[in-house]
Amino acid sequence: MKNNYSQYRAMMAIARASFRSIMRSPSAVVFTLLFPLIFILVFGFINGGGIRLDVALDGNSDIHNPVFDSIASMQGLHLIPGLTKEEIDHNLQKGDIDAIINIQKRLADNTISYNVEVTTNIASREKGIIIRSMLEHLVDKANLQAAAMEKPMVALSSKEIHIREYKTIDFILPGQLGFSLLSSGVFGTAFVFFNLRQTLVIKRFFATPIRKPFIVMGEAISRLVFALLGAAFLILVGYFAFGFTLIHGFATFATMLFLSALGLIVFMGFGFVVSGIAKSESTIPPFSEHCHVTSISFIWDFFRDRKFSRMASAHLQSTASHLFK
Amino acid sequence: MKFMIRRFFGLLGPNGAGKTTTLEIIETLREKTSGEVTVAGFSIDQHPNEIKKIIGVQLQAAGYYPSLTLTELIELFAGLYNAEVDPMEMLKQVGLEDKHKAKFKELSGGQKQRFSIATTLINQPKIVFLDEPTTGLDPQARRNLWDLIRKIRDNGTTVVITTHYMDEAEQLCDRVAVMEAGKIIALDAPDALIDKLVATGFERKKEVKKANLEDVFIHLTGHEWREG
Repeated sequence: MKNNYSQYRAMMAIARASFRSIMRSPSAVVFTLLFPLIFILVFGFINGGGIRLDVALDGNSDIHNPVFDSIASMQGLHLIPGLTKEEIDHNLQKGDIDAIINIQKRLADNTISYNVEVTTNIASREKGIIIRSMLEHLVDKANLQAAAMEKPMVALSSKEIHIREYKTIDFILPGQLGFSLLSSGVFGTAFVFFNLRQTLVIKRFFATPIRKPFIVMGEAISRLVFALLGAAFLILVGYFAFGFTLIHGFATFATMLFLSALGLIVFMGFGFVVSGIAKSESTIPPFSEHCHVTSISFIWDFFRDRKFSRMASAHLQSTASHLFK
Repeated sequence: MKFMIRRFFGLLGPNGAGKTTTLEIIETLREKTSGEVTVAGFSIDQHPNEIKKIIGVQLQAAGYYPSLTLTELIELFAGLYNAEVDPMEMLKQVGLEDKHKAKFKELSGGQKQRFSIATTLINQPKIVFLDEPTTGLDPQARRNLWDLIRKIRDNGTTVVITTHYMDEAEQLCDRVAVMEAGKIIALDAPDALIDKLVATGFERKKEVKKANLEDVFIHLTGHEWREG
């Protein structure tokens, strides 16, 4: 036997073997790749962004008038004509429509005037406010035109600044990436290491000249490589299939992978601790769940006051309302 | 107790006598409570890693990555021992060359033990420790394993084996130690121990026939060791 025994060579042997083992383990592949991929596909196909306002037209409403035409041509306002009173009530209850409009023509002193009655519901208050202000604007404009004011006292000019556009996938993908890393880091490591200990695979390693820290590092390297390949795969699917925004191109991609690696090292630490504490296989899930909840609440605290999280939560709300409609 | 070079040493005793514990202390896998142990001149306290380099260890119920093939597992242990080996050559030594693409979990009990022994030979050890290698095997697989172990001994490796099959110890071992409750209560060659007992006037109650039931079994089912 040679005297210059290389711990590195032994460690890489474990890393290689462990990597092959992970690649052949269905649960690792499912949790790290398949689940997140399914979520990305599901959310990727939901088109977020933009507010849709559904407005029902009352059956008694007069529709042959210029006011109706202007309302019908308003952007963002989706007018639904031809519903019976029962249908309108029912849909309003369900939250499928946000408001009801009733336009009535009035004839007094030989002049025609119109009354636009709008009914909103308290369940979608924000949308009600938007609809009302849109209609107020329309009414004011019409009245102003009727008054034939040549030079308006106040004029509004607005412009929109184009910064980075946020898509649904931009918020979904990092979340799924986190989920993938968390499950592979905590659950994967804890279960696999516990099983290796239980089936005396680790004990057999102890009988060889490799030192204990190198066994752990070998295992960690294989998991790291596997999880990072998974992360790269998810990001690339997001990028090519759903236009995930990589703002600085490859640099952002590399940064994401680097941060994933850091996160994974922390999660694996949890995993190794859990596999050490757990007395039986059934105690692993509660321990791991605890780590999950702790990690998630930590991340939540971290991002709580950031603009980022507010924007993200608005997006999540719209996604959730799509899902639970 | 001393294990002689190129010898076959047996550690005998009932379940719970401390055979495995003794073996694991020598293999540096377990802390000892007192005493001194040296293996080939190395103390287990000062040079555990030097010892690990020159011994081969077969645990009573060792596990291997279940989804790896035998070739891949041999490569793993070659890395762990920093040894250059040809996996096929190693598997051939234990008669598993046909199974090189099989996964460890797909092997039968006898094949698992043979594979386990193959992993102990990777570093060309001076001493091989085998902990109850034949427990749970059918007579054919047992005899087959005996041949393999004898071959290892003939190649110049000291073999230390634990067993509670006395016929096995009688067949294989040059020297045996009988353990009871952690203490060695007898230490000698099997023949010498038998002679000593006979000298006290001991006689078997039943006249020994020229064959026993195991001979009948082997005669009926054939010497061939089979898969499965």
